[in-house]
Amino acid sequence: MSLDHPSHQMQPAVTPPASPHAPWKPSIVAELAKVVANTAVNAEYRHLVVDCSEVAASAQPGQFFQLLCPHPAGEQPFLRRPMSLYGADPATRQVEFLYKVTGAGTRGLDMIKSGEHLDIMGPLGTGFTLDPKWRHIVAVGRGAGLATLAPLAKAAKASGTKVTAIFSARRPELLVSVDLFKEHGAEVVPVTDSEQTSGPGNVERILRGLIAQDKCDAFFTCGSSRLMRVQQRLAIEFGLPGQVAMEQQMACGIGLCYCCVRDFNVGGEIVNRRVCWDGPVFDLLEALP
Amino acid sequence: MIKPFSIDLSVDVGGLKLRNPVMPASGTFAEGLDKVIDFNRLGAFVTKTVTRELRAGNPLPRVVERPGSLINAIGIPSKGVPHFIEKIIPQYAAYEPPLVVSISAPTAEGFASLAAELTLPGVSAIEANISCPNIEEDGKAFAMRPESAEKVTRQLRAATKLPLWVKLTPNTGDIAEVARATEAAGADAVVVANTFLSMAIDLKTFKPCLGNVMGGLSGPAIKPIVLRQVFQCAKAIKIPVIGCGGISTAEDAIEYMLAGASAVQVGTATFLQPAAMISVIDGIEMFCLQREISRVTDLVHGVVIEEADDQDLAWLSPPT
Repeated sequence: MSLDHPSHQMQPAVTPPASPHAPWKPSIVAELAKVVANTAVNAEYRHLVVDCSEVAASAQPGQFFQLLCPHPAGEQPFLRRPMSLYGADPATRQVEFLYKVTGAGTRGLDMIKSGEHLDIMGPLGTGFTLDPKWRHIVAVGRGAGLATLAPLAKAAKASGTKVTAIFSARRPELLVSVDLFKEHGAEVVPVTDSEQTSGPGNVERILRGLIAQDKCDAFFTCGSSRLMRVQQRLAIEFGLPGQVAMEQQMACGIGLCYCCVRDFNVGGEIVNRRVCWDGPVFDLLEALP
Repeated sequence: MIKPFSIDLSVDVGGLKLRNPVMPASGTFAEGLDKVIDFNRLGAFVTKTVTRELRAGNPLPRVVERPGSLINAIGIPSKGVPHFIEKIIPQYAAYEPPLVVSISAPTAEGFASLAAELTLPGVSAIEANISCPNIEEDGKAFAMRPESAEKVTRQLRAATKLPLWVKLTPNTGDIAEVARATEAAGADAVVVANTFLSMAIDLKTFKPCLGNVMGGLSGPAIKPIVLRQVFQCAKAIKIPVIGCGGISTAEDAIEYMLAGASAVQVGTATFLQPAAMISVIDGIEMFCLQREISRVTDLVHGVVIEEADDQDLAWLSPPT
């Protein structure tokens, strides 16, 4: 097994190491951020907005933060919790997250009131890359993956790229990011389990339609291995590029501990990469479910 | 007018001069941390352990958290020696702190040949991680027994002229005895200690929480135990002790120095606060300023134990 560090075609998400002679500046920070809002958006997801530094607010789509969560009663989450970036605004110096309360860490996040402080660390990892040559991209997400894809809507609009988003959830009322994508001019195709539209067969049919209409110069996906495999097949069949944001249990979040490694298929060879540092966004065709 | 008062933070650790006593613990440090902290502020760099054999590491999950602690079974992924020499060592050339290279091998001979090969320009000291299993002794860690610790240290000593630090395991009956054995065999310093062998079980599945079943416990939970081991080792040997176990704050580091540590390593704390080492350095300096301690070395062995109490504590380091 090769453990070689990948050579990314993607832009590095963080600045290269400063020359030791230049004044040193951090490009990743851990800081106490003031919580502006922490409110429910539906039965499952909560929206967290914090005021932060210029460095943190410079986060790019697909990057993530590590949040040091308060301890809920009777529980002691020790590690930070990785959280996809839902939005970042350098002008207002804010970052946003969308989370579902599932464990000790998110139960702690749930307790924070606006005006209180939260220790955030970021921006972390390598995010999505938008090629200005692409005229129309497709974003396919499910569950928490919809939050991860959200910042793409704004970035694509800024680069003049059209977006069609296929968003999958168990029930229509659990879909998130739909309004945000529509606000930025994207077309959203919701598919749900309750309406029996979310199966890989139907998603493939929709994707083939988009490809036929010349509306798919690249795939962006997060949150479903089944949907990722559909896109991998179509990417090979039609020679299309793609990027996938992946998840893995993390400890440090900055490439030190090697607990979040995954296998990738690089030209037929299986290589081991750190999701936190080499990703979380990877080449669609190299990703293994 | 405020009297100018400058603190001398420099320490000498087994022949290696450090600008301050704070450095990373092996396995919790890599080049990418330079995006969060100014590397030139550190006392030293300590690399992840390099092995001769290519190692993929352990099956996932590789970490599990417990209150105040972390259990890891990463499995020392290693890309081997040529990669280390060509890719890792040069990354530190542009920085001022000395580079300490952590090595491991399954045999004493393997340790010696690796130390010899890594005795290179750009490498300032060798840290031998002898907490790993010794295949010549049925998988028991070298540092579990004085005899095997002495044998591997003696071979290492003959293989390199670089300052030789030996990293001990806390998973042993009498760590001071092991420290004495490595001193006798020519070690320049000992690192006390490593993680505690431990385990966690998932109550939903009844399966171990780690892919490797067992792992090493680190974090604030282990600090009082390792502090006691540093105290015992520092009483038993004349070579410097480097304290390593659950240090998150300057106060933790100062406690270790009072117990007898000449320098400290910060590990798991960096996972929670990536700039933890910098806060520890600044905090030590602030403490010295406030207490008008002009040299940080004045803290080493500073613990005050009354004569009578010392007698009562004799059982802590039994005569040999």
